[in-house]
Parts: sequence; structure tokens; C-alpha cells
Amino acid sequence: MSRDFDWPEFLFVLGAVRWTVLLSLIAFVGGGIGGLILAIMRTSSIRALRWISAAYIGLIQSTPLLMQLFLVFYGLAVISGVRIDPWPAVTLAFTMYAAAFLGEIWRGAIQAIPRQQWEAAAALPLAPAAQLMHVILPQAFRIAIPPTVGFLVQLIKGTSIASIIGFVELTRAGQLMVNVTFQPMIVYPVVAALYFALCWPMSMLALRLERRIDAALGIRRHT
Amino acid sequence: MSYVFQFGIVWDHLPRLLAGAWLTLRLSFGAFAIGLALALVLAYARTAGPKPLRAAIAAYVEVIRNTPFLVQLFIIYFSLPEIGLRFDAVTAALIGMSLNFSGYATEILRAGIESVPRSQIEAGYCLGLPRVSIYRHVIAWPALRAVYPALASQFVLLMLGSSIVAAISVEELTGIINTLQSTTFRAFEFYFVATGMYLAMALGARLLLDAVYWTLFVRGRPVERAWAR
Repeated sequence: MSRDFDWPEFLFVLGAVRWTVLLSLIAFVGGGIGGLILAIMRTSSIRALRWISAAYIGLIQSTPLLMQLFLVFYGLAVISGVRIDPWPAVTLAFTMYAAAFLGEIWRGAIQAIPRQQWEAAAALPLAPAAQLMHVILPQAFRIAIPPTVGFLVQLIKGTSIASIIGFVELTRAGQLMVNVTFQPMIVYPVVAALYFALCWPMSMLALRLERRIDAALGIRRHT
Repeated sequence: MSYVFQFGIVWDHLPRLLAGAWLTLRLSFGAFAIGLALALVLAYARTAGPKPLRAAIAAYVEVIRNTPFLVQLFIIYFSLPEIGLRFDAVTAALIGMSLNFSGYATEILRAGIESVPRSQIEAGYCLGLPRVSIYRHVIAWPALRAVYPALASQFVLLMLGSSIVAAISVEELTGIINTLQSTTFRAFEFYFVATGMYLAMALGARLLLDAVYWTLFVRGRPVERAWAR
């Protein structure tokens, strides 16, 4: 006799949302730091830095996230010589993944700032680092917000893959409840609905922010 | 660190890896074709259909785009059999990939259709073109050209994302690797080589898609050729 998918089971799945959110946040913060460095490297005047950053971003964006996760998981096991628990592997893999995507988004934002802004800052005269810090990045930041929120949605959905190496987050919690209740027709749609509740408001926010910035910049997209 | 890398064992299993990669390619191109065909219909209905239909398609697109592909697969492969819809793993993967791609492609195509200026459509009417011709020559073709780069990127994402179907026991490249690494205990080497194979497929797909763009939209069209330069 198996259990039904009832309140305790639902609360178990609901509780796992916090691991999905926590993993996404860690990856977002770590990836944000890495992404900022990558974006600055990618737009610097030193060719080697540009090249390294472009190669890293291209490599991450042209290979499956699942492969990156496995490589980090088994790579860490090779280095340490023992089977490691999923936490460090998962956080490291998702941070590396987020850094590449955020780096690419923010590169676009930095390059969207007209050349004249650099020249005006240089004429003031600000040092190159100050030009970046006080003139370019604050403007680029505004342009970058909508696609950054959009990527956060992609990241939250992506963390579901961590379940494949046994990391207990929302999707894995759903699998565990299917194993005890044998009611996948109820459990998986509930899991999907929880992801939707997390992601959809952010997608809507990204869309609204994008429209507002388009309006501010005088870009008219279709009505 | 006392681990000794042994890539020879990966080489021994090369035929199976290639068979897996072949299934990855078939699934990806199959889902691309089915998903794109579905999206063309959905995008048209989304922009020109009656209001309830437009709302239903918008909801479909939002659900697909705001839930993880892995969970969508689980619903198709594990949940649907409860209501009598049973698929083998490869079919479930193909359905999941097609539906997932159609959600993103519908949104991309809608943006393309809405980017066609009204005045162009009115110009079409003024020339006395029939509705079908206007849809084909004035709306669909230019819209497809406008969003082609976005569709191409989405295809690469589809192919890379297909590695996830290994989770429902499909023996594509990732599935084969999962099996081989668990019997040989050479996980890192196998995943390393598989990652390289995915990289090659992604770069190859990009080249192919660029060539298709050139053939469809640039070659033999002097105005576009001038633009491309």
C-alpha cells in the first residue's frame, strides 16, 4: 500500500523550492562576479584578454550544461581521489555556466554605450579605470537589467539538471515523491507549476523593463 | 593526485559513441522540423486568430518557456501513461523536444511577423495581391529572414539540451556515455570526449545554418548581397 500525494508530500516538494532558489542565487552571485570580469576582459584593449574571455564564453555556450556538470563532478573526484558530495560540484558548475552567459550579456551592454562616452570621459580627464567605473558601467547596467533577469529564469530552470547527479532540489524532490506515491500525474505537474510560479513573474518583469528601456531610448518595436 | 588518464578505452568504444551522436543529430533535426512546422501554425494563429485562440497559444508559450525541459520530459514519459498515453523513450524525447522547441520558436516567429511594417502589407493589397500571396511574400518570408539568426541559436540550444533526454533512458550520446562510464569506471575521460563531440556538433550546426541562410536569403538576390557585405 503506497502513500497518496497529500499535504506532507506536497510540503516536502514545496520545501525543496528553497534549494532550487539557493542554488540559483549562489550561481547568480558567483557567476555575476565572474561575468563582470569576463565582460571587462572581453571589451579591454588587450588582445590576449579578449581572446581568453571569448574562448571561455564560446566553450561554455557550445557544450551542454549537463556535460559541464558531469565534468566538474567527476573532475573534482579525480582531483580529490574520492567520491565527493554533489554540493561543491553543482555550485561550481552552475557558477561557471552563469559567468559565461552573464559575461556575454554584459559585454553587449558595455559595447552598446556609444564611443563618445569613452572619449568624453577621457577628455575630462578620467583614468581608464574611472572611465569604466563612473561613466560606462552605470549606463551599461541599465541596459543589462532586462536580459539579466531573463537569464535568471534560464538559470532557475537549468538547476533542475542538478537532480540528475542526485542533488535534492525541486525536481529531485518530485522524483522522490513519485517513488513513494506512484502518482506522477499529480506530482510532476505540481513541480512544473512551482517552477512556473518562480519563473513567470520574472519573465514578465524582464519584458516590462525591456519595454521601458526601449521607450527611454526611443526604440519603437512593433505595437 | 594519483589518477592516470586513460583515453584508449574511449577509443575502443568509438563506434558506440558515434551511434549515440547519430541519434542526437536525428532527434535534434527531427524536433527542429516538427517544432518549426508547429510553430509556423501557432505563430500565425497567435497573430491573426480569434481572441480565445490567441490567449490559449500565449499561455502554451509561457508554460513551455517558464518550466524546465527535464520536468516537461518527465510529464510526457512518466505522467501521461497514467492517462493511457504511453510512448517509448525515444518517441517521448522527440515529442518533448519538438514541443519545447515549438514554444520558443512561436515566440521568435511572432516577433518576426509583428516586425513587418503595416504599410508593406497595405502596399501588397494596393498591388491587388491575393491574401495568400501577401502572407507568403510580404509577411512570412521577410519575417523568417529577420528572425533566422534567433532560430539558428535556438536550434543549437535544442541540440545541446537534447543531452537531458538521457534522464529518461534514451541511448543518445549522453545516454551511451552514462552506460559506458558506469561499466568502465573511466567517467572523466568519457565525459571529456563526449563534450568535445557536442562542441563539434554545435560548431558544425552553426556552419550549416549559416550556409542555409546564404542559400535561402542572400544568393541570387543582389539587394541582399549588398546588405550582407
